[in-house]
Amino acid sequence: MSTVSQVEVHEHSEHAHEEHHELGFIRKYIFSEDHKVIAKQYLISGIVWAVLGALMSVVFRLQLGFPEMDMAWMKPFLGDWISLDNKGLGKLDPNFYLALVTMHGTIMVFFVLTAGLSGTFSNFLIPLQIGARDMASGFMNMLSYWIFFISSVVMFVSLFIKTGPAGGSWVIYPPLSALKEANPGSGDGMTLWLVSMALFIVSSLLGGINYVTTVINLRTKGMSMDKLPLTIWAFTFTAILGILSFPVLLSAALLLIFDRSFGTSFYLSDIYINGQALPNQGGSPILFQHLFWFLGHPEVYIVILPALGLTSEVIATNSRKPIFGYKAMIFSMAGIMFLAFIVWAHHMFVTGMNPFLGSVFMLLTLIIAVPSAVKGFNYITTLWKGNIIFTPAMLFAIGLVSFFISGGLTGIILGNSALDIQLHDTYFVVAHFHLVMGSAAIFGMLAGVYHWFPKMFGRMMNNSMGYIHFWITFIGVYLVFFPMHYIGIAGFPRRYYQWSGFETFNTYMDLNAFITIAAIITVFAQAVFIFNFVYSIFWGKKASANPWKSNTLEWTTPINPGHGNWPGEIPTVYRWPYDYSKPGAPDDFIPQNVPYSATPESNLPEENELIAAEKEINSIKYDTSLHD
Amino acid sequence: MTILIAILAIVFIVLTFMVVSKTQSILKGLSKSEVEESEYLGAPDRYNSANGVGLFVFWLISIVGIVWSFIVYKKDFLPEASSIHGKETDYWFWVSMIVIMIGFFIVNTFLFLFSYLYRHNKNRKVTFYTHNNNLEIIWTTVPAIVMAGLVFTGLRVWTKITSEAPANAEQIDIMGKQFGWTVRYAGVDDNQFGKYNYKLMDDAGGNPMGVDFSDPNSFDDFANASEMHIPKGKPVLLKIRARDVLHSVFIPHMRVKMDAVPGMPTKFWFVADKSTADMRAELGKPEFNYEIACTEICGRSHFGMKLLLVVDEPADYEKWKKSQKPLLTENPDLLNKVPDNLKAKAQKYTSTEPVAAEATPEVVASSVLGNSSKVLK
Repeated sequence: MSTVSQVEVHEHSEHAHEEHHELGFIRKYIFSEDHKVIAKQYLISGIVWAVLGALMSVVFRLQLGFPEMDMAWMKPFLGDWISLDNKGLGKLDPNFYLALVTMHGTIMVFFVLTAGLSGTFSNFLIPLQIGARDMASGFMNMLSYWIFFISSVVMFVSLFIKTGPAGGSWVIYPPLSALKEANPGSGDGMTLWLVSMALFIVSSLLGGINYVTTVINLRTKGMSMDKLPLTIWAFTFTAILGILSFPVLLSAALLLIFDRSFGTSFYLSDIYINGQALPNQGGSPILFQHLFWFLGHPEVYIVILPALGLTSEVIATNSRKPIFGYKAMIFSMAGIMFLAFIVWAHHMFVTGMNPFLGSVFMLLTLIIAVPSAVKGFNYITTLWKGNIIFTPAMLFAIGLVSFFISGGLTGIILGNSALDIQLHDTYFVVAHFHLVMGSAAIFGMLAGVYHWFPKMFGRMMNNSMGYIHFWITFIGVYLVFFPMHYIGIAGFPRRYYQWSGFETFNTYMDLNAFITIAAIITVFAQAVFIFNFVYSIFWGKKASANPWKSNTLEWTTPINPGHGNWPGEIPTVYRWPYDYSKPGAPDDFIPQNVPYSATPESNLPEENELIAAEKEINSIKYDTSLHD
Repeated sequence: MTILIAILAIVFIVLTFMVVSKTQSILKGLSKSEVEESEYLGAPDRYNSANGVGLFVFWLISIVGIVWSFIVYKKDFLPEASSIHGKETDYWFWVSMIVIMIGFFIVNTFLFLFSYLYRHNKNRKVTFYTHNNNLEIIWTTVPAIVMAGLVFTGLRVWTKITSEAPANAEQIDIMGKQFGWTVRYAGVDDNQFGKYNYKLMDDAGGNPMGVDFSDPNSFDDFANASEMHIPKGKPVLLKIRARDVLHSVFIPHMRVKMDAVPGMPTKFWFVADKSTADMRAELGKPEFNYEIACTEICGRSHFGMKLLLVVDEPADYEKWKKSQKPLLTENPDLLNKVPDNLKAKAQKYTSTEPVAAEATPEVVASSVLGNSSKVLK
């Protein structure tokens, strides 16, 4: 700890504080280097994208649930994507259906659940919870957001071009995505997709490197790694996953760009299309799949780990009880992170990959279920004999645990290569990942928004609206994705515009219609959240500094933390973040900055020994010769 | 449309309700004195117990819903398996399903039960319980052992399914293209496939599969773009390829799925143990047909890539094969592709009476699509 460099001298930070008061509107709210503002920028961008992505799902769910429906009423905003047949009935264009599915996936996975979730909470919570004035590099952080913004703009523009956005599904497997002749979405839409993703990766790397650096270097006095809140552990593991896997996606995308535009044959071989044999030979479409899933699989953990981190914090606080198995939680997250890198090919059991590889990846995949199960058990034991306060955040956190269990279990079937033969690329897969990473991560994000809203905006969100939002969404998500497993077990393939051409899949119309209705209700129920969010920013009840009686450092800041987070010195940390309802303590929480010497009544024997070490912690001098 | 309006109406009713209640609470808040304001804004409110109870009630209703819906919809789960390995994977699917359903019910029950039991109560003493290594060890090992069991059985089945096909397997060359399947058989005279090369593919010239007619083995090869026949009870080896983008051969009833990859031939072998006629009798559906679908997104008409599969009794299968016309017979122009020194041999196949041109794959594909939109009505 003593080697840590940080601007810690009192006068110095005061001085810096003064300087920043002069910031104009643009530097303060737009090109801001303040991690809290950047977090809010990510959050609001994420919400805007989520609305768009969810509305897209409504359109294609209508097609799947009610294939005979007259869609002419959507013509005013979908234009030529709705074609009128000779009876004047509006039909969704099948190419546009594929584009919608593709964009829904891309938007939700990358723009909402990676940027919106990690971007928001890593930025907001890392400096506040480890006790730092800001990120290691505020400038890099700003750059990360604005590159993400440009990437968003490029992706958004692609929605409006004549041939439509990318349409080869979010996994963009070549040759479909490489050949303009194969699909209109593989034309300019695909080019923009690749450009946007390349920018996104740059943004994500800038962010990730910053997060890891900040956590390693800028922890406050006494904040050893074993006193970090689980949120910070989760964000760190997530950032490491991103740093190591996103570059592989970039390389995959670059090779695809070469194949598309410069005549190389990395992924193309032996292709005859449009009455012509292409000259490309020797490439392998499977190579792309390996490269893609080398990111693609860690990506699902990039999405879920931060949500699990947020949940740990919310569940411990609102159960008024320490998180159960703090170390086990860290080890299981570390295990998940490590294993996440070596299970990617379970997405490829039936691609023609060597079956022996299939066996290896099946073994590794089922191992990853163990640390995931441990996390679930620890959450539940945290609730046991707690005193649970059901804030909206807590409800969403419990919802997450339920989704994570329910969705995770079906992964055991899909990870089994023999059983995956039948279920691969059916709705069983769709149901599985929408529960375990889609809905679970969204619930983690919502829990985070409800829980940290007071620190972000200095006001409380309305609880009653939060409850309504939770109950409609929670029930709605189960009504959408539970029956979807049935459709999958019956063999319905994914990415089908309609199934009625097949006798085998010409059933379950009622179930599909039911799912569509449930999905529409769930999507529109989010209006309650958005209303609550916007309303509370301006007119919500004024927050107190520590409204949830929580232990972590962010609640020691003023109600509206300014630039530099703490007006005076950064608090020193003496204890772990989960001293809730400690026997003997007068209150049911002891914040991390309360020394053991101040709580003799509740100290455990081994903690009394730590009192001697407090002097040492206090006397830590940071090397201020390195400027931040 | 009406449904949509109804949904929107519900949403707006909810919104109205909220705005009204919000206004009321604001008015109430105004009348309250500021003294009541406490620092502890996250204190449990009057809905706390309702939420805790609600979670458990939700779970109880869910159990009923899950059991009910499972019984109602079970009949269409895993359409009757018609292959030998399919019966085995189905068995292990249900074994795994039982294992995960046990986990699902137990773990969710604890989650929602604890939410109900430990909802906030002013008088409750919280148990300060930080960790228990024995518990961690137990719930690490138990899933690990269960996983190990599933991995072991899964590996055994997977290895068997992906093993080399028996030497006597009936080989069929199946090629995916936008948007249809074409199958090729080795022919009845030599039972050897002629070579193929994608550079020889020529839709206009009647050689969509790129068969190499300088290879005499190809002379008796025949192809079909509307249905695939296989014999019952005999191993069938599908040699799978694609000529434009990725496709995936999916035969739901046979539990067969394997991607078709341009430039990298793949394979899958299986034994069908129920003929089409057997299944028609068993299901009581005289119209029943096996179908082959595509499960790898391949473009606009991905959803229409259908090929009929007919499982014949072995004798009928041989008869069907004999009745099929070799490619050369179907399209005598292909004789031009045969090198001069082999022309004499090839002529044997072109000298038979000319036959009406078979539907080209495009026509078949579009007729499949046409059918599907007709079914749609």
